[in-house]
Amino acid sequence: MIYVFWGALIAVAAAMVGFVYRVIKGPTIPDRVVALDALGVALISIIALLSVVMKTQFFLEIILLLGILSFIGTVAFSKFIERGEIFERDDNNH
Amino acid sequence: MKTNDVILKTGTKVVSFMIFLFSIHIFFAGHYTPGGGFVGGLLASSAIVLLLLAFDIKTVKKILPVNYITITAAGIIISILTASAAVFFNKSFFTHFFDYFHLPLLGKTSLHTATLFDLGVYLVVVGVTMTIIQTIGEDE
Repeated sequence: MIYVFWGALIAVAAAMVGFVYRVIKGPTIPDRVVALDALGVALISIIALLSVVMKTQFFLEIILLLGILSFIGTVAFSKFIERGEIFERDDNNH
Repeated sequence: MKTNDVILKTGTKVVSFMIFLFSIHIFFAGHYTPGGGFVGGLLASSAIVLLLLAFDIKTVKKILPVNYITITAAGIIISILTASAAVFFNKSFFTHFFDYFHLPLLGKTSLHTATLFDLGVYLVVVGVTMTIIQTIGEDE
């Protein structure tokens, strides 16, 4: 049964290699941002599979942490791409 | 340019509360499981950063009208007072005490003074991180 999880680990690692290729090669900046977001999701699944393989529950909070950090990072990147600044000083639309 | 990001603002109103709750959970779980004051403080400041991303600095100052430098100072004072409280009981500096109490809803609970020290670390991390981010964000 444990070999299933090892196989899934190898599959997710291969997918991460593909994402890294897209980060390096990606013609435009949004390609790289989307690839980085997908890398975060793949990292989450790798941590989950690794905690199954190592028979420990101490990694489960890191999963939620990585989800939050990856979301905030992607939002910050996309706001920078859209408007050129991350934090607006004053509101002009409400 | 007039933009209207409804999805980001509505999502932030839900998700930031979840991040705050997770940060409090990680803060209190730090004694027996991974976590503690540092990670909890970073998570709380990341919730505030998400509010800053969705809204703007002026609105967030209206939501949380606190001076983060004061929060940093309060955290340092709490930590130093907790560490030096042991001196007044003829123990060495940084000795921590704990005992078992029967709380009404929680049952048998062990309360440590290390939690107070961790509370100071939490406040310092939140204050320092938000001071750095706000100072850079307000820069022109």
